[in-house]
Amino acid sequence: MTAQRLPKGGHIDRTRPLTFRWDGTPMSGYAGDTLASALMANDEQILGRSFKYHRPRGIMSAGVEESGALVTVGKGAKQDANVRATTQPLYEGLIARGQNAWPSVRLDFGAINSLFGRFFAAGFYYKTFMGLPPFEWGRGTGMWMRYEKIIRKAAGMGTASREPDPDRYEHAHGYCDLLVVGSGPAGRAAAHCAAKAGCDVILVEQDAIMGGDTLSQPDNTSSLQEELSALTACGVRLMTSTTAFGLYDNGVAGLLERVTDHLADPTSWLPRQRFWTVRAHATVIAAGALERHIAFGDNDRPGVMTANAGRTYLNRFAIQAGEKIVIATNNDSAYTTASDLAGSGASVTMLDSRREIPFSWRSHCDTAGVVIKSGAAPMKALGGKAVSDLTTAIRQGNSWRADRNIDCDLVLVSGGWSPVVNLLSHRGIKPVWNPELACFLAPTSEEPILAAGSAAGVWDDAACRTSGEKAALEALELIRNPAYRTAAQTPGNWECPIDPLYEVRPAKQKLKSFVDPQHDVTTDDIRLAHHEGFVSVEHLKRYTTLGMATDQGKMGNIIGIALMADALGKEIPQVGTTTFRPPYTPVSIGALKGRNVGPHFRPLRRTPLHDWNLDAGGTMTMAGLWHRPWFFARSGETISEAYVREAETVRRTVGLCDVTSLGKIAIQGPDATELLNRVYSNPFAKLQIGKTRYGIMLRDDGLVMDDGTTWRLTEDEYFMTTTTAHAAKVMAFLEELLQTRWTDLKVHLTSVSEQWAGVAVAGPLSREVLTACVEQPTRVSDEALPFMGVVETNMREGIPARIARISFSGERAFEVYVPSDFGPAVMQRLWDAARPMDGCLYGLEALGALRIEKGHVTGAELDGRVTIEDAGLGRMASDKKSYVGSALRKRPEMVKDDRPRLVGIFPKDRREIFNAGSILCAADNIAGYGEGWITAVTHSPALGHWIGLGFIKGGHEGWQGRDVVCADPVRKGNTAVEIVSPHMYDPKGERMYG
Amino acid sequence: MLRISCPFCGVRDHSEFSYGGDASVEYPALDASESEWVEAVFQRENIDGVQFETWQHIQGCRMWIVVERDTRTHAIHSVRPAHDGIARALNAEQDGVSTS
Repeated sequence: MTAQRLPKGGHIDRTRPLTFRWDGTPMSGYAGDTLASALMANDEQILGRSFKYHRPRGIMSAGVEESGALVTVGKGAKQDANVRATTQPLYEGLIARGQNAWPSVRLDFGAINSLFGRFFAAGFYYKTFMGLPPFEWGRGTGMWMRYEKIIRKAAGMGTASREPDPDRYEHAHGYCDLLVVGSGPAGRAAAHCAAKAGCDVILVEQDAIMGGDTLSQPDNTSSLQEELSALTACGVRLMTSTTAFGLYDNGVAGLLERVTDHLADPTSWLPRQRFWTVRAHATVIAAGALERHIAFGDNDRPGVMTANAGRTYLNRFAIQAGEKIVIATNNDSAYTTASDLAGSGASVTMLDSRREIPFSWRSHCDTAGVVIKSGAAPMKALGGKAVSDLTTAIRQGNSWRADRNIDCDLVLVSGGWSPVVNLLSHRGIKPVWNPELACFLAPTSEEPILAAGSAAGVWDDAACRTSGEKAALEALELIRNPAYRTAAQTPGNWECPIDPLYEVRPAKQKLKSFVDPQHDVTTDDIRLAHHEGFVSVEHLKRYTTLGMATDQGKMGNIIGIALMADALGKEIPQVGTTTFRPPYTPVSIGALKGRNVGPHFRPLRRTPLHDWNLDAGGTMTMAGLWHRPWFFARSGETISEAYVREAETVRRTVGLCDVTSLGKIAIQGPDATELLNRVYSNPFAKLQIGKTRYGIMLRDDGLVMDDGTTWRLTEDEYFMTTTTAHAAKVMAFLEELLQTRWTDLKVHLTSVSEQWAGVAVAGPLSREVLTACVEQPTRVSDEALPFMGVVETNMREGIPARIARISFSGERAFEVYVPSDFGPAVMQRLWDAARPMDGCLYGLEALGALRIEKGHVTGAELDGRVTIEDAGLGRMASDKKSYVGSALRKRPEMVKDDRPRLVGIFPKDRREIFNAGSILCAADNIAGYGEGWITAVTHSPALGHWIGLGFIKGGHEGWQGRDVVCADPVRKGNTAVEIVSPHMYDPKGERMYG
Repeated sequence: MLRISCPFCGVRDHSEFSYGGDASVEYPALDASESEWVEAVFQRENIDGVQFETWQHIQGCRMWIVVERDTRTHAIHSVRPAHDGIARALNAEQDGVSTS
């Protein structure tokens, strides 16, 4: 192939030359080039090496279906593998190199693989290395796993960067009346027609410039510009470098906008790509059609391309791809290419597989000097690394016979056209084979999605425009009236019918003819698959890997299906098509994640006391979405020293802890009491005003959902607290009950979690601290505020507060809630009072230590598999009333005596440490799932050694005096433990009530 | 992605909603028998076609709604508030608007 850039014409800007590097060599091109066109203009022929055989590959197309020119662009962290050079816009300084080759694509030692082609046929490594000589001894051993590793290295494509992705990606959202996919003649006509009718239209084009097939036509730059200006003028939103990669339910489309992939030096604030979710009332698919090739011998040799690609390189990029050109076709479309290339001065020979040749083209070709051979086809491409001759074949009855060789440097092939029905297929529409046009067409959709132009099998330029307008008008009708039924487009308009030719294989010719060049699938592989019984298209695909490469079968699928149909003696519709799934072209993982990465992976919730906690020396930890104080280390303290000191201080004097993250729900209305009495398993009907009660909620299935306290503020107003973890779930469940089941209850729920800041004041001196901070100390006296009492009063300076005397730590303790904005001020006053009493601030770690000592459960224990009895709280559950879960909590399996029950755990040797997550086993049977598990451990300052909470079959009574082992095989190993009551400290609660 | 027409807020992405369950289930009284509750909580039809399901517009108005959806096509045929009283009130209001 001797390609050359023409002195004029094309959609390139000769005033803006660009330099780039290919495999380290500096080269130049122009603005408007793709990497492929620039390489072609530099007469680079071998751009890649094939997947299995390492055969040299060149440019095969001019678009997204490219299977030869797959290259690696960029370097370092920005290295992007398997980029189709045909769609990568050229920019100044672009760096690209060949892949899957060593030392380079031009000289690749891996090409030795092609000598062993026999071993590399479909399913080769299963067969070869699991039983064929000389590898038969490897059968049933681990050896073939090793071969697999070596083979995986030899076969393959580009490699991804191992570094973190330095680029930014964004998610964006859009709405429109009509989404038009594709900016060719049909798409532009549809967009213009709809926009003129007042519709809000988005027109997306995967290419870097608008125009679609129009760009491949000669001399039309100015008329195209006028047309695009007209579109902008009537309000159409034009999006270039944007692929509609998937269609989803209810008019949702996924778009990928490549924002900076074509820029040499992008502005720093621009993302690399945008992932668009667009909701459209109607969608017109004018995505065009992809030209197929024909399977013939060595049809993957560099210098063999699709016919339309030859026309595109000529008219869009002003490159004459060869001087001596053979064009092989089975349809009318390639004649345009022949005419254009002959016009540019190339010598052109047409091989038309049909006996009948379109009349209008014959005279045209004569004038232009194109030699036409009818009933002729390519049989084998000859040459070294690029094509130098083509052996032709002539039709003889129903088969082919080898004929003479033609000297050539470029072979252009048109095996017919495959309308891009992928997006319609995403919607579950099964494409139907059209035998006259030899292509799959999508039938009319039930949804407002319409195909237009060559995507609907309409080939002619003018007919495509009409088809676009028709689709737009029907889309408008559908938006107004969803019941409207659209009529199918009229496909076709070729002068002579297509000859359905998929493979040229004269008898007794041994040819290597590629069906899916990207995965090195040959026609013999298809026949082998059939021979071995893989006759379904889905099996064919998986066995041969046909259509499983990055082009997802754009190049080879139809040929593969046709050859399978031929082998089966069936028609193509009987063999079927594979279902296309999103994405149409590859979407980077980065675009899918957008900005939801690192700390933005999930939302972060901070309490109003966050800054105050930090200023006070707190170290934070994650609790669900919340940042909560973990511990408050004093100078030099480790976390262990800090939490042990904090827990010890709470038991000795007083501690303050930010408990804002607890869920808080305002429950108001005349039936509030009734609601609570139905959802809590313990009695709530008689809770007095000014009192609070600890309550446990079950799910419908009788397992524990959540626990918390509910405060009765007035006759018909309650303040419920939930655990941090289940706040949202409890709220949604209560709403569900009121809106779907108990619609007669007059209750109003409001989530007030973020309206109130909460502080736990815990320890023997807690009342003294509180007294110093409220306006009326008598309101918080032992008489006014006994255990489980509630007051609404004012902190000093008139800050309203809700205070309850409740305890999680097991000490005399209060929870103080103030409006969020007052949180830091109130916390400061409490701290000013607590500090001189030798008090402390404590975090989650000390909170955990205190509650484990007391055997109080949290989310670690209430994991959704636990009954109220398992948690040791069975006595709370009422037998006198019915409540959510009461009917199912007594099912036989849930009341068995040997269910795992909450227990406390001591190490036998009190100096030992053990881990949460360990398995509890009987010492004489350390195996399997054991007898139970450990949910939480802590060092207990009160007891002076490590303790744990967990579950063991039957509870602690049955395990007293028995040898139990805490098994932790992958971390610490086994530890001898003893099982005790979960109430490990102050079991009677004297400190709490006192 | 589905697009669900919330009766209170209009058409929204389904990511604003959270799925509840089978809307055809009549939950028995709290004091009903264990077998009735087993039926209501665990027994579900795996419908190939149109089914009624509850959703909550949890990132919006927080209302529970009943969505009539075809499990084969995802086509949504109707949406109404789950609370009958609210559904009636909403209908009355919309009728009032349309006739005035």
